Amino acid sequence: MKKTLVVIGNGMVGQNFLAGLVNSAIKDHYEVITFCEEPRPAYDRVHLSEFFSGKTAQDLSLVPENFFQDHAITIHLGDKAVKIDRENKTVTSEKGLVIQYDKLVLATGSYPFVPPVPGADRANCLVYRTIEDLEAIQAAAANGKIGAVVGGGLLGLEAAKALKDLGLETHVVEFAPRLMAVQLDDAGGAMLRRKIEGLGVTVHTSKNTNLITDGDKCVNKMCFADGEELETDVILFSAGIRPRDDIARDCGLEVGPRGGIVINNQCATSDPDIYAIGECALWNGMIYGLVAPGYAMARTVVAELAGDAAGFTGADMSTKLKLMGVDVASIGDAHAKTPGAMVYTYQNGATEIYKRLVVSADKKQLLGAVLVGEASGYSTLLQYCLNGIELPENPDALILPHRSDESVGLGPDALPLSAQICSCYDVNKGAICSAVESGCTTLNALKAETKAGTGCGGCVPLLKSVLNSELAKHGYEVNTDICEHFPYTRQDLFNLIRVEQIKTFGDLLAKHGNGMGCDVCKPAVGSILASQWNEFVLSEEHLGLQDTNDTFLANMQKDGTYSVVPRITGGEIKPDMLIVLGQVAKKYNLYTKITGGQRVDLFGAKVDQLPNIWKELIEAGFESGHAYGKSLRTVKSCVGSTWCRYGIDDSVGLAVELENRYKGLRSPHKLKFAVSGCTRECAEAQGKDVGVIATENGWNLYVCGNGGMKPRHADLFATGLDKATLIRYIDRFLSFYVRTADRLQRTSVWMENMEGGLDYLKAVVIDDKLGLCEELEKQMQYVIDTYQCEWKTTIANEDKLKRFRHFVNSDKTDDNVVFVEERGQIRPANEEERKHFNLLEVAE
Amino acid sequence: MMKWIDVCAMEDLQPNSGVCALVNDRQVAIFFIPKETQVYAVSNYDPFSKTNILSRGMIGDLTGQRVVASPMYKQHFNLVTGACLEDDSVSIPVYSVKIENARVLIGVEENS
Ligand code: SRM
Ligand SMILES: Cc1cc2nc3c(=O)[nH]c(=O)nc-3n(C[C@H](O)[C@H](O)[C@H](O)COP(=O)(O)OP(=O)(O)OC[C@H]3O[C@@H](n4cnc5c(N)ncnc54)[C@H](O)[C@@H]3O)c2cc1C
Ligand code: SF4
Ligand code: FES
Repeated sequence: MKKTLVVIGNGMVGQNFLAGLVNSAIKDHYEVITFCEEPRPAYDRVHLSEFFSGKTAQDLSLVPENFFQDHAITIHLGDKAVKIDRENKTVTSEKGLVIQYDKLVLATGSYPFVPPVPGADRANCLVYRTIEDLEAIQAAAANGKIGAVVGGGLLGLEAAKALKDLGLETHVVEFAPRLMAVQLDDAGGAMLRRKIEGLGVTVHTSKNTNLITDGDKCVNKMCFADGEELETDVILFSAGIRPRDDIARDCGLEVGPRGGIVINNQCATSDPDIYAIGECALWNGMIYGLVAPGYAMARTVVAELAGDAAGFTGADMSTKLKLMGVDVASIGDAHAKTPGAMVYTYQNGATEIYKRLVVSADKKQLLGAVLVGEASGYSTLLQYCLNGIELPENPDALILPHRSDESVGLGPDALPLSAQICSCYDVNKGAICSAVESGCTTLNALKAETKAGTGCGGCVPLLKSVLNSELAKHGYEVNTDICEHFPYTRQDLFNLIRVEQIKTFGDLLAKHGNGMGCDVCKPAVGSILASQWNEFVLSEEHLGLQDTNDTFLANMQKDGTYSVVPRITGGEIKPDMLIVLGQVAKKYNLYTKITGGQRVDLFGAKVDQLPNIWKELIEAGFESGHAYGKSLRTVKSCVGSTWCRYGIDDSVGLAVELENRYKGLRSPHKLKFAVSGCTRECAEAQGKDVGVIATENGWNLYVCGNGGMKPRHADLFATGLDKATLIRYIDRFLSFYVRTADRLQRTSVWMENMEGGLDYLKAVVIDDKLGLCEELEKQMQYVIDTYQCEWKTTIANEDKLKRFRHFVNSDKTDDNVVFVEERGQIRPANEEERKHFNLLEVAE
Repeated sequence: MMKWIDVCAMEDLQPNSGVCALVNDRQVAIFFIPKETQVYAVSNYDPFSKTNILSRGMIGDLTGQRVVASPMYKQHFNLVTGACLEDDSVSIPVYSVKIENARVLIGVEENS
């Protein structure tokens, strides 16, 4: 007969225990029943604050769909266990259930401590622990202006951020003389305070609240021991947690002097049939207010029930987080309490960075660290600390900014196999290495196999570097196949298509690939076909290859509507054309914005409106701006010699000519140009894929610049060119890029990965080292000669227009698209505003 | 009881791509693979972006599963089961679909 296992509490740790249990063979020996006081099963408290940024309770759930059914676990939702009878081995619930148990696990968690201040139970005095708490905070904030958080620890600061995001003037009131007193030292706390105040939160330290009473302007007034007062509408208590040990205390289990259910290394309480795990448990005089130690306890009990000799031997309390955008980390003995410990500090007042290392007397071991303002070294330091890795000769190198190329990071190879990589799921390097060995060669596969990296996510960079180093060691070539459907690089495919004159994706797949294709290879091949043969991208064979933006010849926006970007060559536009843009925008009620690329973007067009909008634009003389394609975007210009008193040549004229020449060219990634009329460089040409600057001696050509995520200054490629030579070089340069770059590789990255770099590129394009130039020019000329405005072709084709409807079988439009007005124009309604419309079709 | 609702002609479908049909007030994305005369129908609602756009996503296969990629944030959904490949806690409704006499029919449960 099966025994009965009862789990009290279905919070983060309780659920983690159940998940571990169902994956273990002993599950078959137990009938499992769990009591869950809250109205919903376990959810992710660690990411609770994301509830305010739109995550729903469902999004935060930690319980896979049908988990309880699939594993035949009985859950009593919204029912609290109120009594344990140890003699008869029963648990009684609030709703009156009496359940007999053989083994009992207490996972009751903790509750937020509210200091016994008179008035602490007044209206709008709240805590921050459950989804219901957050709903109450949201409601209170909706009618208030000012909010105060009592407690300047980790959670308090997180709560302060929430109040700030809810639009309240925010205060943090801390009893101790500094913020995050547990983790930080004085200097670190002071730096954090400066940064947080810089974000507009007022911090009050060394403040003891005596009384909360009626405010004059606000709902509440806090009176402090030093005689000062603070008026506030909302008060959040975040002054620490207290273990929920009542039920254990009442049945005579041993509890600590300041609370907490006492457990041994097996997580057993003073009754060997009852275990306690998570924040309700007191191990070795410690309550762990973090989830990772709770998970370790959960694993211990699963192993214990299975008869394995695993034990809980304490957990590391190091933490790294982003508080209001400020990186903060604390490792080990941050306060240098170890006898003989020595301290290194680095403080940079200008950039507000503070770092502190605590090392052993012999300077060989890292004991602890504090990082504020910049915490990228966290995983390296943590590994030194946890694994007792010997420090480099000058430990301060680990916190000093490295301004040379010399790297002081700890390579993954320096870590022992026992080094814990993911603390959320207790995965060590050894486990990762064996997973790689057994075939997990991608980050996703590794995550799925080991669970590492799927908790807080903090270990992912380290996980990735271990993976890469293991792959390299096993002689895996880093796989350069474009995707699972083609064992080729983009360049290989380009060559196959060219040499074998392949015209469709279907033919390429039949000859050289397998399966159906996917959203990686299809657009890449679509782009290659277009740059080779330049056929209409929406023709039947090519339609399914285009990314959504390309299929509808418009850019999809966050609400499923589209933007319309007509070409405005060189940024030059006649007043009449501008008026047309205004008229069209007005007629279709589109949001209108000048882009960063010197043209106008019209937003908020529904898919069925696109053809009509474009018909009007094309009739007025506009053409597609290809804002949706991996193709030429804009050629920015400055006003140049025509008007500017310093202008040396006609930059606008050249910009218009270049834009008309290369418009519509499909390439591995988008292309941006600019032309400046003199070296003052008002068009910012040195940040573009192709930049041209007028000089007394002719045009200077710059290539491979990039703005965006990783800006790169362009390289000077050739100087003093006449226009014909300039255009010839650009033709060759672009054709060579289209032919050899990887998918989604901008010219900047392409060049940086090119063996031989700039010199090689010059040799190919200027000196014709490969003897390719004639072919490259011919290829470009073909594309130029076969240019068509895709919108023009589309609206002339009844059949193609069929696609531009929301429904095939109805003229209705999507009622999920809702706009509100802001600054006199439309914008998509946000989540909060949408609630008033109740239009979301929620998936069943 | 399954009831079949006629939504459109086969020629209204987009080859190797999708269209959206309104079926009993629900938005259904229908994908068509002409080579195999195969059709799939799933909900048009993308739970990640909370928009009705899946019919405008690209289709293909990944590790043997027929999928559509959301055009917004690129998550993949299995066209047969509705399961999301990137996040196993998420799935979308799937619908029965068939072609009869060159018409496309979507199956809905009576009384639902
Ligand atoms: C509309 C615009 C912002 C604006 O309101 O000003 C814009 C909007 C978008 N940009 Fe941009 N970028 C715009 C100018 C820029 C610029 C400035 C420029 O062109 O001078 C840059 C930096 C310059 C550069 O690219 O080197 C820029 C760097 C990016 C990047 C980063 C590229 C990189 O190499 O790191 C992306 C992401 C990407 O392409 O992968 C991006 C992607 C996007 C996307 C496509 C994101 C998306 O997928 O939805 C946006 C959609 C546009 C739309 O719906 O129409 N946008 N974007 C600008 C359109 C210019 C135009 O007229 O075509
Ligand atoms: C806003 C916030 C942010 C946090 N951020 C982090 C972080 O970044 N990193 C980190 O490691 N930790 C963080 N934590 C802490 C983390 O959430 C806890 O360590 C973790 O939830 C503890 O899990 P638990 O199961 O022990 O307790 P809980 O998750 O609280 O679960 C206990 C459950 O038991 C229920 N219960 C109690 N008594 C009974 C009863 N008698 N009968 C039935 N049910 C009962 C409770 O209602 C509750 O649902 C954060 C916490 C909060 C609130
Ligand atoms: S900067 Fe980012 S948010 Fe702004 S338009 Fe470009 S991609 Fe969009
Ligand atoms: S440490 Fe949190 S996911 Fe790995």
